[in-house]
Amino acid sequence: MSISRKAALAGVYEHPLRWAPHKTQYQIMAESARGALDDAGLSIKDVNGLFTSGVGGMGIIALAEHLNLNPDFLDSNSIGGSSFVSHTAHAAAAIAAGYCDVALILYGSKWSSDRFAVGTGGGGSGDPPEQFEGCYGPTTVGDYALAAQRHMYEFGTTGEQLAEIAVTTRKHASLNPHAKFRDLISVDDVLASREVSSPLHLLDCCMISDGGGALVVTSAERARDLKKKPVYLLSAAEACTHTSAGMRDITDAAAKQSGPKAMARAGVSHSDFDMAMIYDSFTITVCITLESLGFCQKGEGGAYVQNGRIGLGGELPINTDGGGLSSNHPGMRGIFLVIEAVKQLRGECGERQVKDCALAFCHGTGGTLGLRHSGASLVLGV
Amino acid sequence: MADEKKKANRPVPRVDEESRPFWEACARHELYVQKCRTCGTVFYYPRAFCPEDMSQDFEWLRCSGRGTVYTFTITRQNQSAGFRNKVPYVMAYVELEEGVRMLTNIVDCDPESVTIGMPVEVTFEDVTPEVSVPLFKPATE
Repeated sequence: MSISRKAALAGVYEHPLRWAPHKTQYQIMAESARGALDDAGLSIKDVNGLFTSGVGGMGIIALAEHLNLNPDFLDSNSIGGSSFVSHTAHAAAAIAAGYCDVALILYGSKWSSDRFAVGTGGGGSGDPPEQFEGCYGPTTVGDYALAAQRHMYEFGTTGEQLAEIAVTTRKHASLNPHAKFRDLISVDDVLASREVSSPLHLLDCCMISDGGGALVVTSAERARDLKKKPVYLLSAAEACTHTSAGMRDITDAAAKQSGPKAMARAGVSHSDFDMAMIYDSFTITVCITLESLGFCQKGEGGAYVQNGRIGLGGELPINTDGGGLSSNHPGMRGIFLVIEAVKQLRGECGERQVKDCALAFCHGTGGTLGLRHSGASLVLGV
Repeated sequence: MADEKKKANRPVPRVDEESRPFWEACARHELYVQKCRTCGTVFYYPRAFCPEDMSQDFEWLRCSGRGTVYTFTITRQNQSAGFRNKVPYVMAYVELEEGVRMLTNIVDCDPESVTIGMPVEVTFEDVTPEVSVPLFKPATE
């Protein structure tokens, strides 16, 4: 059974705050829910599917309680930052199967105001591999840096090339009034920023902000009667990769498995996309993801991102909202990939609008490139 | 044990039933990986079955302790206990002569001198009287 065009994104909302010490996590989610339901022209009483991640083990029930919902379908699939991209696909499948009709996908976090050192702290999972890793001081930045170092060694990728990703993303953020960092930066600024974990500099890393967002997914049929132009889910695919019993190639991402499947399922190929949202936890994440998705050959990511190709007006504009590098990154960012793609496909992006945007690719990476991560790919179109 | 963990200068690995032989060997300052007797696959990290064919018929393979740096990072910022006073330190994947890659630290050298492909050899740090972790240092020969 194909889910292509069976479900649509009918409402989206990105919480405008990047610093919210005066709010609770669940308040941010409720405000986001209200925003996305308003955007769709629906009410909270219409919701019968609930999706979230970044809450406690059974936090989705508490979230339902907080919103006083009794949904028919619950999914708190937790595969890192890509979770919400995955939720979008799961919601479409649940809707196509008739398990729910209006799905609400929520995220909220206060990782910045809670001073959660997600990138440079430690903390073990308790899962089996952790005993062979935690004692060596892995950090999120360090785990990605391992992939960056190997990529540079094998393919000659340079710090300048990776910096180009941060520079382009910042340029996009300068056009987004809600983005946290809007002052333009240069390649030299990135290289001159302090090294956090070699070869990654501070400006190669996403920020930690507060924030949240919401998505409303419903059947294509119902979406056509709602307030906004429906954005259809054409296809999706997921994957994960890990240390592979000691044999993994660290320069490949899970995107290599999910990306081509998502494109094949939608019957589209790379040159068909008007824009892409590529999870940018770090500059190297974008470089390796673009390669793994097949937008360029393996090892050519460094050259691919140069000369304006990934900027507005380029061959494949990416992360037009300013990404995690410059707009917001409240610990997990998958939901914002979908929100921005939907806004672009509706033509609501103002100064940063991609002209005639009809087909968008979203790819979320959750976890770390160096140890283990998930990948979730979506093809969205109007 | 709780006191020993507090005294330890890095997080103490949580030894479990699948990994116990590995950690017991480490405590003797010996490095082992596993090899499946059914399909011949060498694998790391340790577990109770071959992750290639699910066979439970495997042997423990004593490693030479030699390998090369597959990739590394010099970590300059880590707020967590056990590491905030260690920075800068080198975290690396070492590819063992036996063919598998393991996460570790490169020690006993200037972090700036570490390169990919560099020959290294195992050394052990006793984290508690019962638990020692394998680290790597530049090869002596």
